Amino acid sequence: MKIFKLITKNILRHKLRSVLTILGIGIAVTAFIVLQTVVEAWYVGIEGAAANRLIARHAVSFIFQLPLAYEQKIAAVPGVERVTYANWFSGVYIDKSQFFARLAVEAEDFFQVYPELLVPPDQMETFKRERNSCIIGEQIAQRYNLKLGDAMTVEGDIYPGEWQFIVRGIYKPRDKMTDPSNMFFHWQYVDERMRIETPQRAGKIGWYIVQIKDPAQSAQVSLAIDELFKNSPYETKTETERAFQQGFLASAGAILTAMNFISFVIIGIIMLVLGNTMIMSARERVREYAVLKTLGFSAGHIVGLIGGEALTIAAAGGLTGFALAVPLVSAFEEFMPKGWFPVFDLQPVTVVYAAVAALCVGIASSLFPIYRALNTSIVNGLRQIG
Amino acid sequence: MAASNSTPLIEVKEVTKSYHRDNIEIPVLREITLNVPKGEFLAFMGPSGSGKTTLLNLIAGIDRPDAGLIKVDGTDIARLSESALAQWRSSHVGFIFQFYNLLPVLTAYENVELPLLLTRLSRKEKREHVEMTLKLVGLGDRMDHYPKQLSGGQEQRVAIARAIVTDPTILLADEPTGDLDKTSATEIMTLLDRLNKEFGKTIVMVTHDPRAAEKAHKVMQLDKGELTA
Repeated sequence: MKIFKLITKNILRHKLRSVLTILGIGIAVTAFIVLQTVVEAWYVGIEGAAANRLIARHAVSFIFQLPLAYEQKIAAVPGVERVTYANWFSGVYIDKSQFFARLAVEAEDFFQVYPELLVPPDQMETFKRERNSCIIGEQIAQRYNLKLGDAMTVEGDIYPGEWQFIVRGIYKPRDKMTDPSNMFFHWQYVDERMRIETPQRAGKIGWYIVQIKDPAQSAQVSLAIDELFKNSPYETKTETERAFQQGFLASAGAILTAMNFISFVIIGIIMLVLGNTMIMSARERVREYAVLKTLGFSAGHIVGLIGGEALTIAAAGGLTGFALAVPLVSAFEEFMPKGWFPVFDLQPVTVVYAAVAALCVGIASSLFPIYRALNTSIVNGLRQIG
Repeated sequence: MAASNSTPLIEVKEVTKSYHRDNIEIPVLREITLNVPKGEFLAFMGPSGSGKTTLLNLIAGIDRPDAGLIKVDGTDIARLSESALAQWRSSHVGFIFQFYNLLPVLTAYENVELPLLLTRLSRKEKREHVEMTLKLVGLGDRMDHYPKQLSGGQEQRVAIARAIVTDPTILLADEPTGDLDKTSATEIMTLLDRLNKEFGKTIVMVTHDPRAAEKAHKVMQLDKGELTA
């Protein structure tokens, strides 16, 4: 027999209590993993942000547009390598619940600035040639069973009317941080129609994407760009892509903070659940610990027995939670309205957080029982009635 | 006070012990001095609260005296650190409790094996030791039984097997028959007598039972923390 066998037998002493504790931890770990996965999904855009890309938008708000004429001026700023632009199109495809980003972009340079969007060269060439063509992410192609040459009709809201596009390209994301659910089409296609229907809206873009030569120069380049348009009707605010993405998340900041807070409250609850079990177990075994000490078991052995039991239960709970979380995250992704989270995966970092949390809970929950067991003298321990 | 002329295995000299309850000092032992030679079977008797169990605990190294000296086989155990004392107990003391104190989740075999977990014996050697010891106490056919599947007498025999499996220097028994019926008590005392006579074990026992004390070579009376005879 080894010490671990004694730990196992102690855990199995009250099977129902142990099973309920493990299940309690498991459910809490599952909730923690799912909540953290949601939070991670929100931040995935930030993770994928490139250090050499700046975003120049209207200084007041992202919803106000900038003149197309700024492109050449920005391109002339020292440190700028390439400038492209995009415009939020919105619109409805099939119905309002079918959400995914639809962006009118500058066709020549946009995909060079975003090398993480992998488009086959022949498809790119076709896209550039045809004004009403579009490139969609492979997730969109799969979701709507779209192939090259298929037509997509989008009902415009910001840009009213019916908009017809032909799928000429399907991009693959370079990595998991890249959103595979976007739709890109020619800004010129939209602008041409605006010139006819609402000329005052023509010649405007949503934001500029500025590729810079040296990411270390991002602050100076940003300042230089904003300085160019200071005191103009269209002042700019230029920031790194990461800061731009964070600005988007700021609107949901309170929710994310609450979710983060709740996920850590859950850890606290797990600690109380396991702590309660460990305190009960240790209190029942005060006499046994005294007997073991009489037999010559050292303080280290007692720490090992109590700590080992707590860690084993925490580990079993953590594994149970992980086993429950994997299918739950998949189910969550499956049943969630499409497009809410383009990348909704169980991230390794979340699993590591959960494992570390379970480990910490195991350690923390055993501290008080260990303290009590070690500070109860053998003589007093032997007097206890179990 | 009493003393032995033989070479003492256990030497207790002017040992004093008090307990504190609510700031009140309760003297339990007053300057106890005694020697126990190797191979002795000594019984302490006396009324409740006379300090018998406290004296036994001090000799076992599970409690510490306020003053005085306790030497077992030449080691001044009062001077040992907690970890050294634990190590010393594992190799020198076999303790038999009144209420057996077996671990209910372990079989008879595993309970007896417990002290051997602290040794460097191989698995095979441990098995040989445990089987031999359980056969010695007459429980060779009850190895896989859990404490709740055993009678009180059998549980105490398992406890004795656990106490002797490491071949300790001294065997200390605190009311070993206190929770047993007459027949079981006789069996246990016969077993302890055999361990003393056949295997030369030095035994110090606390008991209220005069029949149990009859098996001892020597009986010492304690009253109000002092040896009276």
